[in-house]
Amino acid sequence: MSQRDIKRLTLFLLFAPFALWILLLIVLPHIGMGYLALREKIGPRQYEFGFGNFVEFAMEPIYWNTLLRTGSMSLLVTALALIVGFPIAYYIAKIANYRTRGAMFLLCLIPLWVSDLIRAFGWILLLRETGVISSSLQAIGLIDAPVELLYNDVTVVIGLVYTVMLFMIVPLVSTLDGMDNSMIEAGYNLGGSGLTVLRRIIIPYAMPGIVSGCIIVFMLTAGSYLTPILLGGKNSSWFTEMIYEQFITRYNWEAGATFGFLLLAFTSLVVWLGLKLSRQTLAGTVARS
Amino acid sequence: MTSGPVSDLECANISKNFGPIRAVDDVSFEIPSGSFFSILGPSGCGKTTLMRMIAGFETPSAGDIRIKGKSVVAAPPNKRNVKMVFQHLALFPMMNVFENIAYGLRCSGTPKSDIPGKVQNVLDRIALPDVGQREIHQLSGGQKQRIAIARCMVLDPDVLLLDEPLGALDLKLREAMKIELKLLQHQFNTTFVYITHDQSEALVMSDRVAVMNNGRFEQIGRPQELYHAPTSAFVAGFVGDSNRWAGRVVDADAQSAKIETADGLVTECAQRAVHSLSGGDAVDLFVRPEFIAVGRQDASREGAAAGGTTLTGTVDSILFNGANSRVLVRSASNALIEADVTLTGGDADFREGDSVALTWSARNAMGFRSDGSRAGGTAGGNAA
Amino acid sequence: MGTARANWAFLLGYRFYVAAFFVFLAAPLIAAGSFAFNDSLFPALPWQGFTLDWFFNDTEPKLGMFHDRRLLRGLYYSFVIACGVSALSVFVGTCNAFLFVRTDLPAKNFFYIVMIVPLVIPGVILGISILAMASQFANGLEEAHGIELGFLRPGLPLVVLGQFSFIATITSLVITARLRKFDATMEEAAYNLGASRLRVLTTITLPFLRPAMIAAGIVAFLVSFENFNTTLFLVGSESPLTITMFDRMAKVGSTPVLNAVSFFLMIGSGALALVSVLVQRDRTKV
Repeated sequence: MSQRDIKRLTLFLLFAPFALWILLLIVLPHIGMGYLALREKIGPRQYEFGFGNFVEFAMEPIYWNTLLRTGSMSLLVTALALIVGFPIAYYIAKIANYRTRGAMFLLCLIPLWVSDLIRAFGWILLLRETGVISSSLQAIGLIDAPVELLYNDVTVVIGLVYTVMLFMIVPLVSTLDGMDNSMIEAGYNLGGSGLTVLRRIIIPYAMPGIVSGCIIVFMLTAGSYLTPILLGGKNSSWFTEMIYEQFITRYNWEAGATFGFLLLAFTSLVVWLGLKLSRQTLAGTVARS
Repeated sequence: MTSGPVSDLECANISKNFGPIRAVDDVSFEIPSGSFFSILGPSGCGKTTLMRMIAGFETPSAGDIRIKGKSVVAAPPNKRNVKMVFQHLALFPMMNVFENIAYGLRCSGTPKSDIPGKVQNVLDRIALPDVGQREIHQLSGGQKQRIAIARCMVLDPDVLLLDEPLGALDLKLREAMKIELKLLQHQFNTTFVYITHDQSEALVMSDRVAVMNNGRFEQIGRPQELYHAPTSAFVAGFVGDSNRWAGRVVDADAQSAKIETADGLVTECAQRAVHSLSGGDAVDLFVRPEFIAVGRQDASREGAAAGGTTLTGTVDSILFNGANSRVLVRSASNALIEADVTLTGGDADFREGDSVALTWSARNAMGFRSDGSRAGGTAGGNAA
Repeated sequence: MGTARANWAFLLGYRFYVAAFFVFLAAPLIAAGSFAFNDSLFPALPWQGFTLDWFFNDTEPKLGMFHDRRLLRGLYYSFVIACGVSALSVFVGTCNAFLFVRTDLPAKNFFYIVMIVPLVIPGVILGISILAMASQFANGLEEAHGIELGFLRPGLPLVVLGQFSFIATITSLVITARLRKFDATMEEAAYNLGASRLRVLTTITLPFLRPAMIAAGIVAFLVSFENFNTTLFLVGSESPLTITMFDRMAKVGSTPVLNAVSFFLMIGSGALALVSVLVQRDRTKV
C-alpha cells in the first residue's frame, strides 16, 4: 500500500464517524421532521402533503403569539444576561487578582454543572408562597400574609437569566482574558474617559465573546423547557411547551414537527441576523469558547 | 561512484518538486565519515527540504540517497539509521529525560536490562550525568539541546542531522553551544549534517560547508575556501561581509581586470580560475572590509601593491563595535565604502570628517560576471 | 482628590455588585441543598433541626434517597446513559480532532461549521427530530418487512444517541483545541527515533491528548447527567434521574428527599468538575 493510499484510508476512517453522526443524528432527523411537518392528517392513517400545518399555525393567534412571546422574552433574557454578566466577566478577567480570579471563575463554573432542574428547584423553594423569601418577610414583619412570587413573567425572566448566565460569562471571560491590559492603559493614556475606553476599545475587542455568548444564551433560552414550566406554571405560554403538548399529550406529531420546524427557523433567523449585524461568523465565535 | 572508502552519506542528483515549485534542484554531494558538514543558505533555499528527504519525511522526485553506500530512498523514516535534532528540539514533554533518551532504544527492541546503562553512558558523555529523572521543563536551554542530541546519539546513528537547533537560543548561549557542538561531534565521531542560515555557525563548526541557494548547491568547500575563494557572486555576498558594487570591465588581461563601478570607482581585480572576465562584462565586485587598509591621507603613502587600488575619501561615520569597529568612508566619487579599523580610544583614532586613503590589493577584489541575479548580501548587511 | 474619591466609590460599588451577583448565583443552590438536612416533611422554613434522614432513613414517610427505589433506579439509568454518551462522544470527538487538524479534508471549513451546528440547535428540537426519524424508520420497517427494531423506539439507546448528537460537538471542540496545540514535529521526532506509526500514536500523540480526553469525557458525563430537554422526548420506561425528579417536582408536596438528591448531585458534579480542571492543568508545557 502506498503512502497515498494510507492517507486516503485514514481520511476515510476519520471522516466516517463524523459523517455518520451528522447524517444520522442531525441531517436525517431534520429531514424527517420537515417531512412530518409537511404531512397533513386528513383522516385516520390518511395523509396528504401540503402546507396545511403551517396554515393552521398561521390561522391560530395563540400559536404565533406564543412563538413571538418566546422570541421576544428570549431576546430580553439575552440582553439582561449580557448587561448583568459583562461587568462580572470584566471583573474576573481584568480586576480580580490572580488567585481570586481562578476561584471566582470556578465558582462561576460549578453551577454550570448543576442541572437546570436543581437550579429551578432552588428558585421554587425560595420564591413560592411557603418559600424562604415569603416566610422570611413574614417573620420580620414586612408583610402579614404569604406572598406568591412564582408564576409570573418577571420570575420566569429572572430564572432564565440565572440559568443561562454562565454561558454568557464563560466566553466573555475567555475573550477579555486574551486582551492585553496595555491596550486599556493606552486608551486612557491617549486621553479617553472610562466610557470611551469601554465603548471604543473594550467592547469591540470583546465582540466575538459577546456574540458567542449571546448566540448560546438565546438558543438555550428559546429552547428551554424546564425553567418556564417550573417557574411560570402551566400558563407560562412557552413555545417548547406547546411542542411537548402536541407531541406527547395530543400525540399530534405533524403539528409538533411543524412547531419544531418553526422554532428552529425562527431562532436560526435571529442568530443569522445577529451574526450579520455584528459582522461575526459562527466559526469565529461559538467555536472559540 | 563508490571508489575508495564508503562515505556515510551520499546524495546523487536529488531533486524535489512541490507542484510547479522546484525546492531542491539536482543536488549531489558526498560526506566522508566522521566529519562535520553544514548546509548554509537563506531561508527558503531548500535546505530544510533536503534534510527532510535525508531523514525520510519527504520522498525525492528524482535522484538517490545512500547511507553507508546503501540506497535508503525506499525506507521509511523509522527504518533509517539517520537521526535528527529538530529545530525546536521536539523533546517529549510527557516523559522525563531518561524516558526521552530511552524512547528510541525501546522502539528498537533493546533488552530492558541494557537500557539504563546505555542511557547513563550517553548522559555521561554529554556531561549531564544526573539529569535522568528531571522533567523536560526543568532543563535550561543548553541542557535541552544536549538531551536532544543524546536522544539521537544513544541509537548510534550513521548520520546525525541538525536542523538549526541553535536558532531558539539567545546570543550568548548560541556562541557557547557552537563550540560545544563541535566538541560533541569530535567526541562521538559521528557524521553531523548541520543546517543553518547563520554563516558564523557554519564557518566555526564545520569541516566542510555547502552553500545553497534556490534549491542548488552554489559551492562546497572548507570554510576558508568559501570565504577567500568564492566561486559565485552569491557565495561571495552571503558568506562574510563585503562591500559590493555593480560595475563594468573596462580593460582585462590574463592576470587582472580593470573595473569601473556604477559609483565611479576604478579598481583592479585579479582574474580567478573559474570566472575569467573580459572587457565589457557587467560584473559584481566584492571587497571585504578587513582587506581594506585605511590610512591618513596626509601620511606618507605606503604605495599600492602591484595591481592594487588606492583612493581617497572622508570618514562619513564611525561604526564602533569593539574589536570589529569600522569606518564608513565616502569616496570622491560619492560611493560609500566600509573598512575595518582598530579604534584604541587614543588620539590617533579616526574621526568623522577625517580625510583618509583606502588601499586594497587586486587579489582581494573579487569580481563576478553578473548574470542578472542580484540575490545575496550587500555591504555590511549580510542576509541573516 | 475628587476623582480619586469617585473612583474609590465606583470600585466599592463594583465590588458590592460582584458580591451580590455571587449571592444571586449561590442562593438557589444553597436553598436546594440545605433543606436536605431539615428535619421536616416539607422543604420549607421553619428550620426543624438537623437530620440525615433524607439520605439514609428506610421507612416512609421520611424515605431517604438511598432507600428510594425509583430514585436509585433513575440514578442508575442516568449513570448508564452518561457513561455511554461520554464514551461515544470522546471517541467521535477524538476522531474529529484528527480529522480537522491533521487531514486535508476538502471543504474543511464548511464541515467545521457543520460540526458546531448541533450545539446551537435547541435541545427540544434535537429530541423531537430524532424521535420523529427513528419512529418513522421503525414504522416503515415494521410495515414493509415486519421487522421490529426495539432500539428505534423511545428508550435508553435513543436517549444516548439524542444526547450524543450535541455533546459530541462539545468533546470535539475541547479535543480539537488541544490537538491544535500539539507540535507535530514531536511525532516526526518519535518516528525518526524508530517508532512505528502506531507506536507514535500510542506513546506520543494520545498521551498528549489524554488530559483533554479525560476532561471532555467528564464534561460529556455531566452534561448528559443533567440533560432534560432532549431526554424528555426520547425516554421510554427507563426514566433517568432528571425525569424522575421532574415528575416528582411537578407533583405538589415534594419531600426534602429531592433536596437530598440535589445535594448529592451538586457534590458529585462539583467533585467531577474539579477533577476535570485538575487534569487539564497543563503539566506538559515545554
